This record gives sequence, structure tokens and C-alpha cells, in this order.
Amino acid sequence: MALAKREPEDSGYDLGPQEFTGSQMIWESLLREGVRIVFGHPGGAILPAYDALAEYEADGRIHHVLVRHEQCAAHMADGFARATGDVGVCIVTSGPGATNLVTGLATAQMDSVPVVAITGQVPTNLLGTDAFQESDVVGVSQPVCKHNYLVTDIAELPLVMKEAFYIAREGRPGVVLVDICKDVQIESGTFRYDFEISLPGFEPWPEYSPEAVQDAADLLNKSERPLILAGHGVHLSNTSEELLQLVEKAGIPVVTTLLGTGNIPETHPLSLGMGGMHGEAFANRAVQACDVLIAMGMRFDDRITGRLDRFAANAKIIHFELDKAEVGKNIVPDVAVVGDLADTLPAYLPLVEDRRHQEWVDTLNEWRSETDEADIIQFEVEELIPPYVIRQLWHATERTDKRVIVVTDVGQHQMWESQYYIHEQAGMLLTSGGLGTMGYALPAALGAQMSDPGALVWCVAGDGGFQMTLQELATIQQEKLPVKIAIINNGFLGMVRQWQQIFYDKRYVGTPILSPDYVKLADAYDIPAAAVRHPSEVVSVLEQAHATDGPFLVDFQVKEEVNVYPMVAPGAAVDELIRRPKPGHVQGYSGVQPSW
Amino acid sequence: MQYTLVAWMRDKPGVLNRVSGMLRRRNFNIDSLQVSHSETPGISRMTFVVDGDERVADQVVKQLRKVVDVTAVEDITERLAILRELALIRVRTTPATRGEIMQFAEIYRAQIVDVNAENLVVQAVGTEDKVDSLIDLLRPFGIEEMVRTGRVALCRGDERPKRKKQPTSIFKAAASLNGSGHGDQE
Repeated sequence: MALAKREPEDSGYDLGPQEFTGSQMIWESLLREGVRIVFGHPGGAILPAYDALAEYEADGRIHHVLVRHEQCAAHMADGFARATGDVGVCIVTSGPGATNLVTGLATAQMDSVPVVAITGQVPTNLLGTDAFQESDVVGVSQPVCKHNYLVTDIAELPLVMKEAFYIAREGRPGVVLVDICKDVQIESGTFRYDFEISLPGFEPWPEYSPEAVQDAADLLNKSERPLILAGHGVHLSNTSEELLQLVEKAGIPVVTTLLGTGNIPETHPLSLGMGGMHGEAFANRAVQACDVLIAMGMRFDDRITGRLDRFAANAKIIHFELDKAEVGKNIVPDVAVVGDLADTLPAYLPLVEDRRHQEWVDTLNEWRSETDEADIIQFEVEELIPPYVIRQLWHATERTDKRVIVVTDVGQHQMWESQYYIHEQAGMLLTSGGLGTMGYALPAALGAQMSDPGALVWCVAGDGGFQMTLQELATIQQEKLPVKIAIINNGFLGMVRQWQQIFYDKRYVGTPILSPDYVKLADAYDIPAAAVRHPSEVVSVLEQAHATDGPFLVDFQVKEEVNVYPMVAPGAAVDELIRRPKPGHVQGYSGVQPSW
Repeated sequence: MQYTLVAWMRDKPGVLNRVSGMLRRRNFNIDSLQVSHSETPGISRMTFVVDGDERVADQVVKQLRKVVDVTAVEDITERLAILRELALIRVRTTPATRGEIMQFAEIYRAQIVDVNAENLVVQAVGTEDKVDSLIDLLRPFGIEEMVRTGRVALCRGDERPKRKKQPTSIFKAAASLNGSGHGDQE
């Protein structure tokens, strides 16, 4: 499910002029936008809206999920949006409620996730007086929003609500915040929703140039060693299938970004998996060796490019991208195809020649097999190490016929998940890629599960990130959600510790982290849980988690000082990697063959 | 190199903040920024002078276009344009120097707009170069206070930016809601 360009659906609600209070207008607008679930936390300045919510909750038109911290309301809306492809909505009060949202909004905006945030504001006569719970929310949130509004006049409210959803959805999705003064919520006015949005200069869907598509085809058709670098845009435009057709017709291997994970099935022979800082050596080597690099729906983030001046130095670069401002921002392409991939890929496909690029593919496979021998997945199964846990999690979820969604937090476990979990399709993995927000996984998993109660949702988090938002365990019980939680518990803020080990002479400052007894903690929330200390217990506990109706928490007490490899040091070129240690060395890797 | 960019935007509260915030956030180097009304009610016009290479100027244009309230952006660096700046310069005077200062002003077609016993105010209009050189000439006399507007620009004749006519329906929509509101823009 992805956010492709589409015609607005008829909500079936009356669009004509009606009298409503500002508070009612908020909920009436949401209904007309197809919103049924909102994540929020009440407070003084949003109380009128909450009071009006009663009638919408009573007849089941809108379901409000009470969160335990406003940051999580934004993360839940984000998880909901990523899982459905439509806008996620959160609603909080002024001042601290709104400032608490900021991290969640920045997370969504960095990853192009459509979220509409509604915040209460002090009454208009108190604006600017440093009133109780007043903060300049439009000012504070501006840098992390696609757009935002302060509503001081009820006559503007319906137009602003409609524009907010339009801007959040159209083109490259993003975050729109609507700050509504308390008196505006209380006043009455005329509500209508039948006007056309007109934003001069806002160009969400630029028309592509057929000449550019032809140039891109000419470059590719001359290429001996082409490579696709596929990002989040492929998923957002719902073009995985078109991508696969292109890959198979023209015989092009594919590397993905973190958010592009699963754009083509990772079991496909032409899939090289993720590239960049913790991408496999052969994937990064392919980027450096290709002669034409086709970047699709991605923005050349520093975590994927490494040192810019040596990135894909031998390649002509073709950039397919919807957002014009991303073209030339970090990398100046030889050919830029600006437009929606849903338009440009079908136009591109007939122009590219049927090719196999056998020599190139053979070379890549040779590199892949070298990597296999040298540094991949040889686990010492005497000790519990995270890659093993992740691989077993994949095996366990592979057997289910439910839709599987894995939500990761940020850090080592996030990279291990992307390396050792096999993603069969785009949208299986939800993670904070751009902002790298610890604490994202649990609330985002909740939001995803709210959108699809039948899905098998796994929240995979480290012991550091999990402790940032664990209060939402209460929300899981309140909403009776069957979210499964895996804590990769190594007693450290692992990724930071890894950097300290490699770049700071192993001085572990501020990284050893105490955890509570997670089984007891889960018990306090009445969530069944188990702790796992030995590899032999992993499979049965995962089975137990899947057999349990409702939520289940597993505390994987893994070996402490295991590092994520390979690794490109920040500022280094992507082929200058620190590889996995040889078998028999530290890190828990040995020559012992894995049991799977 | 210096680039001259012109942007039009909806005249809404905070729009200057949106634009300047974006420029700061993205670490662009802006030499001057000037805001005023345009010929269209409800639309403001900003003139930017950007210091950087072509790639930086291109990024500034693209990022400006992403600001929702910005309706159009043009890079007029390569166009034939009238570039002007206005400066008000208060210069210290003595009976001995006053005549010389007024001569310099006259050479630069600047006007004396205020005279006191101890100082006078010179109003200069011209390109930044011209204003700069007048200021250099006046500096030895003692400049007590100064204000400059920054560059404003208007293209000559056929060099005008080909800007689409602003659709008006947004204002109509708002006007139909609140009676007058943003007003009719036609």
C-alpha cells in the first residue's frame, strides 16, 4: 500500500454550507478526508475540540487513541501513515503538548511521510503574551514541516483544514501542522468543504520531460555495467512492479537505500540488498564499479553516498525524482528525470533495450560469493548474537500468511534487521531513516497495528531506544493490540558504543545502559513476556509469541559487544569499508556454520 | 558570483519568516534581501542577492519554490534589468567641508535631504557599486549613521520574467467563506 497519485474519494459527507462550531469543523473535516483514527492527548487549549469529539466517538465515526506522551502521537500517526499510505493524524494541546510533538513531526517529514498535526493554541486575545501553556508552535515547527498554519479566524478554518490534507498528501508527502486558537474552536461559523484548492506556485506533480526519459534510455542502452539505486520514492509512488519489469527487461542489478528496502524482493537474483554505511561490501563495490547509476526516488543521503566526491566516480548518473530540489542538491546528475515514477517508469520501460549484462552480473555474483566466504553470517551459535535473532525472526514470520510489518528503532539492531531479515516487498519495514529517532519503533508499531489489526506487527528495538518510549505499553493494552515486541538487549547504547570502540579508543562514555527486568515490566502492564539468553531458546519463544493472542514481549539478552559490519567510516568512500572480522576473532563470529 | 533572484509570495503573516528561516536552515549565503508590495494586491515581492556558484543559486531557487506560500521565483541574473539601491547617509560636516560634500553628492546625482549645523543627510540612489563608491568618498568626512535598502530589481521591457497570471480562486474561496477576508484579487 503506498501513496500514489489519486483522485480524492467521495467521503459521502455533505460538502455544502452548514453551521458548526470550530471544534466540530475539525472533526467534520477529518471525516471528509477519510480519517477514522486519530492519536492524541488532550489539554486546556484543545479541550473544546475534545468536548466535541464525544459525539463522533459515541457513534463510532472517529476513534481517538489516547497516547502517554505527545511525541508518540506523532510517531503513531507516522506508523499509521506508512502502513496505509494515507495521512496519519495526531491532535494535542498547546505549549508542551505541541513542543513534545516536534521530534515525531521531524521524523515523519525527513522520511516524506504524510502527517497532519492539529494543535490547540491559547485564545487569540492572549497570543504573544507568554500566556500559560503558550508556545510559538508555528515558529517552532516550521523547519520540520512541509507547511503549517495558525488559525485565528473561524472563517479560514475549513479552507485551512482542506489545504493541510492536500499539501500533506500531494507530491512528495510531508507534515502539515494546524495550530488552532481556543476561541476559534468555541465560535460558530459556516462550514463548507466544496471549494477547489488553488495554491499558485505549489507544483506537487511536475510534468516529466519525454526528452529526459529518452536521454536516460540512451545512456542505459549504451551501458555495460548499469546499477539501480532505489529509494523510498519507489514505495511512495507504488511502482515496485514497474521497477521489477525494468530490472528484468534490461538486466540491471538493484541496490536499495534503507527506506527503499524491499523495493524488489531481496530473494531476487538481481537484488544486492542495502548499500551505504552498513551495506554489504559487494553492494557498495557495485556502486563504485558501475558505469551508469540510475537513482530512483532517493536523495543521495550521506549514509548512502559516503564521501561524495568519490561516490560512483566511474558512473554517469541518472536521477529519477519527484522533488526538483533534490536534483543537484548533493549529486549533480548527468540526466535528471523529474516527475512521478508512476509516470516516468512506464514511459522509460519501452525505450530500454532487452539486455542481460551477463558479464557484469557474473562479476557481482563473484564478489557476492567472496563476501559470503569472507565475512557474512557465520554465527557462533554457542552465544546469543543479534544477527542470529534477526534471522530467526525472519524464519518465524516467513511461515505466517498474515501481512508482516517489521518496525525497527534506531541503532545496531536496525542495521542488523536490514541486513539479516529478508524483505520480500516494499513497505514491510517501517523505520526512521532520515532523522534516526530512537524511541520510534514502539509507537510506530502501534500506529501500524491500529491501521491493520490483522497484520503481524513486530516491533524490534534496542534496550536504549525502547526505554525512550516504553510508556506506550499502556496504550497497547488500552487498545488491545497484538503487537509483538523484540528487545535486542545488549546493555549498551550499541551503535554509539561501536563508534567509541572504533573511533574513540574504546572509551565507553555514557553508553553502558541499565535496563529494568523487561519481563516484570511487561507483567505490570499485563503483557505476556519471556527472556531469552541462549540461542537454543529463540525459535520456541518466537513460536510462543506468535501463538499468543494479543501482545507479547521478548527480551533477547544478547552478547554485549557485537558490532555491525561491514561499516563505512563517516567521510570515507563507500568502498573503503571495515569488513567483518575473520572467523575465530572477536565479535561472536566463528567458523561454525549456522544451524539454518 | 552574485545572483539576483526575485520571488513572489502570498502576503500572509510569517511568510518572511518562512523564507528567511529556510535560507538560514539550508546555510545559504544571502547578501541582501528586500521585501515590498508587488503590483498585485495580496502578493509580496522579494529581491535576493545570493553569493555563490551556479549550483547554489539553482538550489536557492528550487528551495524557494518549495515554500508553499511562494507563488513564483525567477533568477534574473542573466536578464537586462534595472538594479537599484537607495542609501541614506548622515555625514559629519564643518563649515569647511560642507561644500565639498555637497559637490560629491551632486556628481553622484545624490540629494541632500536634511541639513543641520553638524551634519547633513545624503540620499543616494543607484547600483550598489555607485552607492559603494559614494560612501567611500564620504567616509573620510565621518559617516555618523547609514541605512541601505539592499538591491531591488526590475527587468527591462521584453526581459520581464514570464510569470503565469496568478489564479484567483483561492481568494475567492476564502472571500466566499468570510464575506470579505482576503479580498477579491481581480
